[in-house]
Amino acid sequence: MNLPCHNDPIAAIIASHQLIPGALLPILHAIQDELRFIPPEAIGPIASALNLSRAEVHGVISFYHYFLTSPPPAHQIHICCAEACQSMGSERLMQHAKSTGDFSVHPVYCLGLCANSPAMMIDDQLHARVTLDKFDRLTEMLGDQS
Amino acid sequence: MKLFVPSDSAALALGANELTAAIAAEADRRHIDITLVRNGSRGMLWLEPMLEVSTPEGRIAYGPVETTDVVSLFDADFLHGGAHHLRLGFTEELDFLKKQERLTFARVGITDPLSLEDYLAHEGFVGLQQALSMPAAAIVQQVTDSGLRGRGGAAFPTGIKWQTVLKTQADQKYIVCNADEGDSGTFADRMLMEGDPFVLIEGMTIAALAVGATMGYLYVRSEYPHAIHILNKAIEIAREAGYLGRDIAGSGKTFELEVRKGAGAYVCGEETALLESLEGRRGIVRSKPPLPAITGLFGKPTVINNVISLASVPIIMARGAAFYKDYGMGRSRGTLPFQLAGNIKQGGLIEKAFGITLRELMFDFGGGSMTGRAIKAVQVGGPLGAYLPESQWDTPMDYEAYTALWAVLGHGGIVVHDDTANLSHLARYAMKFCAIESCGKCTPCRIGSTRGVEVLDKIINDQDKTAQLELLTDLCDTMLHGSMCAMGGMTPYPVLSALKHFPQDFGLTDTGAQHA
Ligand SMILES: Cc1cc2nc3c(=O)[nH]c(=O)nc-3n(C[C@H](O)[C@H](O)[C@H](O)COP(=O)(O)O)c2cc1C
Ligand code: SF4
Ligand code: FES
Repeated sequence: MNLPCHNDPIAAIIASHQLIPGALLPILHAIQDELRFIPPEAIGPIASALNLSRAEVHGVISFYHYFLTSPPPAHQIHICCAEACQSMGSERLMQHAKSTGDFSVHPVYCLGLCANSPAMMIDDQLHARVTLDKFDRLTEMLGDQS
Repeated sequence: MKLFVPSDSAALALGANELTAAIAAEADRRHIDITLVRNGSRGMLWLEPMLEVSTPEGRIAYGPVETTDVVSLFDADFLHGGAHHLRLGFTEELDFLKKQERLTFARVGITDPLSLEDYLAHEGFVGLQQALSMPAAAIVQQVTDSGLRGRGGAAFPTGIKWQTVLKTQADQKYIVCNADEGDSGTFADRMLMEGDPFVLIEGMTIAALAVGATMGYLYVRSEYPHAIHILNKAIEIAREAGYLGRDIAGSGKTFELEVRKGAGAYVCGEETALLESLEGRRGIVRSKPPLPAITGLFGKPTVINNVISLASVPIIMARGAAFYKDYGMGRSRGTLPFQLAGNIKQGGLIEKAFGITLRELMFDFGGGSMTGRAIKAVQVGGPLGAYLPESQWDTPMDYEAYTALWAVLGHGGIVVHDDTANLSHLARYAMKFCAIESCGKCTPCRIGSTRGVEVLDKIINDQDKTAQLELLTDLCDTMLHGSMCAMGGMTPYPVLSALKHFPQDFGLTDTGAQHA
């Protein structure tokens, strides 16, 4: 990751958040929103700004599934594997997704679309009632870009 | 010409934005002037995206509408309610809606979620005005008298919780809204936050007045970015209009509100883990006591309530405790927004008084399974809830009646499975989910769930079955009695109910299960 040094986004984020109560998660979110992941070099500055040890910061990052410690691929697919989606064939959808194409596919546990199962997310976009055909249609364009 | 296209996540996931764009473009092409309102969802989710047109006689619904239907809708003069194969009729007359008792969801789908004007025109802030004219203890009393119990799962009386916070002296108190809604099969919190955010703001403000808090946090799961967006906007609007901030509605009272985003940990829905997370730590469950009501966020007395609990308070204040209490049965008073999900033809949100049955919900409202096959098992109350076989579908849905069935009403999520479901696999999934999401604080949950997966694998693969079944029941017993919170403590509900009611899926005869 090439961080432009004249404009260090991590330092700016820490500076603008460090005084709010319970600042750690908001800081981590802001960094991931900006850089798509939390680079290892962010840990030191966060720890010293919040008066925590590096191990504590690292422990928090690794506890939460949402935080990424390395850059994600260009496109990410999250398929809901929780019960309501299972009842409508999410397992088959998962297998299909893994067997076709070169996608980065991860399970999630409920997207709140359980009455329109199975559900998934491509990057930030939600999709419901995803049949195998619909999956193919939605992912057709992704392959060329990733 | 006024048109409504929901911006609820479920509608968005089914193309509501594309539909809105197509309608706007077609109207433009035909030089027709239209006003497009992005409302919440009416909760008839199988009909999404469902659009509505305003006519002098009432709103007329069409759905589910795809962008490819737009030209034909205009040709059919849908803007005046014209006939079309997607025309459903007057929205209010649709059976699914008409049979409901919408109290907490009274405005959802009807108003523009971010229009304060709409909110005020539909009884908005009436409850707050009432509360502002009352002493704190009287507000708490009214909530207690309404019989409202926590809708987040544990069904603890809301007024009693508030009473503890009220009487605990402190320089700072907090209101925390638990919007972590991680249960599969639930989306009521999401629909409410996206469809009527002001009612939640109002409910939290009333809670603040009741206990003497000046700061509130909404902890919303990261999987709900749209809800977060709407809440942030609504807070800004409410603040600008003087409903939040230093001088709420001219009363001189202060209440500030902030949204905090979760980070994909189911256990952070547990109230003490949530507080840990808000404070910037790993979401590890705290031991109780002390109760959050006494030593909560940043060590201060804290009201932590579910979205629906808090959003039900304004109508209780506006219409009175007796009005609310009139709904329901036994010790389960008021209404519950049931969420019908999974393998169901007509899934969605059904707000009804306690006492309705699963059979009514699944067949009268839901129209049976989506696949058209026989319904086999129903999981009620999320991933920690029991699987119910047909013999239990006629029990009135009430907290105590469900407890008597060794089942859980919880947050009101209902996940329907047809006869292709294998309950041994679902039991294994319950253990696996617990293993993935355990906070790790106690051994029965952390180790027990991993062992549970292994044992169920052996049972499924028919290895050493009798011994493994015995192990499984022992393991569940340890989890039930030795876990610090309901994550480990209730994972046995789906596992043992599956085993008990569907022994054939574990390769057993009925008598075998009895033995187990
Ligand atoms: C593992 C676990 C997850 C939970 N998840 C939620 C949740 O997502 N939302 C919620 O409101 N309550 C959840 N709860 C229940 C909360 O601990 C707590 O009872 C609730 O926030 C209290 O609010 P209420 O009284 O208004 O229901 C969960 C409990 C456990 C043990
Ligand atoms: S039961 Fe599980 S989630 Fe709850 S405290 Fe123990 S380890 Fe944590
Ligand atoms: S279970 Fe898949 S969206 Fe809720």
